[in-house]
Amino acid sequence: MATRKLWYGLSIVLMIASLTLLFTRGLNFAIDFTGGVSAQASFPVAADLSAVRARLAAAGFHDAVVEYVGSSRQIAVRLPPEPGLKVDQLRARVDAALKAANPGVSGLSLSVVGPQVGSQLETSAMWALAGTLALIFMYIAWRFHTWRLSLGAILAVMHDPILVLGFFAATQMSFNLNVVAAVLAVIGYSLNDTVVVFDRIRERFEGNRRLAPEVVLDQAINQTLSRTIMTKVVTSIVVVALLVLGGPVLRGFSAALLIGILAGTYSSIYISSSIALQCGLTAEHIFPTVRKTAADHLP
Amino acid sequence: MLEYARWKYILIAVVLAVAILFALPNVFGNAPALQLAHADHSPVTAAQADSVVAYLRSQKIPYRGFYVQNGRLLVRFSDVKDQLRAHDAIDAKYQGAYISALALMPLTPAWLRDLGLKPMPLGLDLQGGLDLLYQVDVKSAVSELLQTYSQDAGRALAEAGIPTGGISVVTTGGSSVPNTVRIVLAPKADVTVAQKALTRPLQGLTITALSSPSGTVLEAVMPQAQLRLRENYAIEQSITTLRNRVNQLGVSEPIVQRQGNDRIDVQLPGIQNPAEAANLLGQVATLQFRLNDMENNPLEAEQTGNVPLGDQLFTDTSSGFPVLLKREVIATGDQLTDATVGESTQGPAVNITLDSRAGENMLRTTKANVGKQMGVVLITKHSVTSVVNGKKVIRYVTKEKVINDATIQGVFSDRFQITGLTLGEAQDLAILLRSGSLPAPIAQVGEQIIGPSLGRQNIKWGITALVIGMVGVLAFMAIYYKVFGLVADLVLIANVVLLAALLSMMHASLSLPGIAGIILTVGIAVDANVLIYERVREELRKGVSPQAAIRAGFEKAFSAILDSNITTGIAGLVLWIFGTGAIRGFAVVLVLGIATSMFTSLMGSRALVTLMYGGRKKLARLHI
Repeated sequence: MATRKLWYGLSIVLMIASLTLLFTRGLNFAIDFTGGVSAQASFPVAADLSAVRARLAAAGFHDAVVEYVGSSRQIAVRLPPEPGLKVDQLRARVDAALKAANPGVSGLSLSVVGPQVGSQLETSAMWALAGTLALIFMYIAWRFHTWRLSLGAILAVMHDPILVLGFFAATQMSFNLNVVAAVLAVIGYSLNDTVVVFDRIRERFEGNRRLAPEVVLDQAINQTLSRTIMTKVVTSIVVVALLVLGGPVLRGFSAALLIGILAGTYSSIYISSSIALQCGLTAEHIFPTVRKTAADHLP
Repeated sequence: MLEYARWKYILIAVVLAVAILFALPNVFGNAPALQLAHADHSPVTAAQADSVVAYLRSQKIPYRGFYVQNGRLLVRFSDVKDQLRAHDAIDAKYQGAYISALALMPLTPAWLRDLGLKPMPLGLDLQGGLDLLYQVDVKSAVSELLQTYSQDAGRALAEAGIPTGGISVVTTGGSSVPNTVRIVLAPKADVTVAQKALTRPLQGLTITALSSPSGTVLEAVMPQAQLRLRENYAIEQSITTLRNRVNQLGVSEPIVQRQGNDRIDVQLPGIQNPAEAANLLGQVATLQFRLNDMENNPLEAEQTGNVPLGDQLFTDTSSGFPVLLKREVIATGDQLTDATVGESTQGPAVNITLDSRAGENMLRTTKANVGKQMGVVLITKHSVTSVVNGKKVIRYVTKEKVINDATIQGVFSDRFQITGLTLGEAQDLAILLRSGSLPAPIAQVGEQIIGPSLGRQNIKWGITALVIGMVGVLAFMAIYYKVFGLVADLVLIANVVLLAALLSMMHASLSLPGIAGIILTVGIAVDANVLIYERVREELRKGVSPQAAIRAGFEKAFSAILDSNITTGIAGLVLWIFGTGAIRGFAVVLVLGIATSMFTSLMGSRALVTLMYGGRKKLARLHI
């Protein structure tokens, strides 16, 4: 119980920190959401970043972020959205500006997202999240015969994405669609752990219905602890491999997964079952004996 | 003694054998290639293929191999430089007879190709290419339809002699798109007579009369269901049109798909020139309905080359006969509001709906020309690349062809049928009619160009992360669980093979997030094994005999594996349904990976363990 209080405390501190950061600093939304231009190009010789910036400014892009990626011949350009411009006009102007800086520019890869795309994405991401949570609530309620465990699972699972978002607000890493996918995957993983603990609770209750719920919960958590740690270690191996070797496209994605998986470990262990306990979970809820005896009396 | 049913062994063996076969094509990798197709979609013959390749030889452009598949010639090169040289050389030599596209050719051996087995196609982020995102203006599609209704209403009221104070298309009742035809009646107009006159032209709309200071106002509201139908029609139709146009680009494996509510995503692998592609996709193709010239003989005109004044000579593409059409146009494609396959007394037919102005014109024409013939001309624009003085020049060539020629059976206006077709012909004609023009304006709202070098870099990153992550996990499991760890390792490898086979079967394109999904699946598959082995260890600690511990381990871990995987699967499924592009690619792999990992760890792992330990009568200890 003592450790549980410690984890609760840590969890609450981190949650508050995350929410504060989210509301004060906010997320650094990528062009997937805001609209705008992001481009990468190779120069035949080392690129002069200030020259590129000057050319872009001359073309009317004053807030261009220009930086090296990998080597001094590879550059990345990010431009804020230009509401009045069409996609092909934007492309032509960026292309011309880069060619003006050095005619030998090659391997241009470019993303242009019109400003109208972003807001719809946010809504559909919210719907996806709500839909996932609702379906999982129903599934757990059905398999374990009680909403108390569903509620515990859902509340515990909300905790992880908030910490991930907090991390992105703190580091100001670019928040793109891949990160959204990672956050939703984190929810899936975190649930995975929660459900393994719930399964053990179900089994313990089945073995002895007279045991106090607190005792059963502690037993279930302790008995699944070695499995939880093993799985986390192994999953972290692959996620770290992705983070280090997967290249810049997957960096945000794997960072989100790593934070989420770490946060998910203790949220599923300590939070989910405690909430179920607070809601008055007993063996009766999972195995409704009353109905069973009634059925036995039938002729 | 441990036992495991024989049929389960057989099932596992069969599934694995099939999976290895399907996954095999992915091992051989890809090479830069050119894909050549005839501009008129006729299949490329073996002789033509030989002549193209002979030309490349004469130009000293080295190639590594070639074959014809699905009527298209694929020529493989050892590097991108040769590929680009060949591309320019073929464009210069054949001047538009071939559409050549840069492609990646799988290096699958011929015997696998003959079995119809293909590797997973690579997503744009892995092979480079152009991704265009269009938005369909559904509002104007709906508004256009309502305009037709309002014109019909105006005409009906004028015919009935009812004075109006204006007819307009407006938005009422909080609708997101225009949904109402509002008719202001003159103060002295008879409302009941007006309503009666409007029942036919405004069929399907709900008419309500409101009184206002300036007189009675009739509001005809289109039901929500019909609005949605019209919006869907506009989007589906735009997709058909874009798909037809994309096919003219000759890109290998293009993807045109709906994204979200009103967006269309067009993926063009291998294309590096966005201006050229975007130009063609935004092009306007159109249709014309024109009368046949019945006084002159088209055969004679074709033979002599003397086309009568005011006529134009075509070849009917469906019958192959020459036809003479008058130059006056009765109706054009942008006046066509719908074309669907329907039924008539003479068999399958195409139902055509025109807007009211074209309808009036059609009425006048058909009144005077019953029994004569009318032709449908499709006008398209193609881009032709040629090399002039060593420079690439793109020109647009207009092509006109008659896609249908039919007898006018009676007098009609805006709604009519083209009959005397087989079902197949009717379907083709309906598609052609609809694909002639875009039903609503489309705007390009997004664009992504991925350079081919970035694509190759992305593959390298993804594969390195996959291999290193996998090796790390395999080593860790073997060290921690000893013999059982090795069993888990075999199961993990089988899982990746199974997943690759499933993805290849579905022909799902592999993107970078997809590779990330495969790597994560390794984590999920490990979890199932860990659950089982930890359970076996737990049972052993209780002092249970090794074989009983194995049995208990598998049986008791089952419900935990099932429930935990299904909850993760639910999250994956929602991503699959709501997600687009990269997210969807990740979700597909995640969901399939959960399914394969449950199969391999529950069945495969158990079969292996039973094989190893099941036969022994006495088992002193387990290496776990």
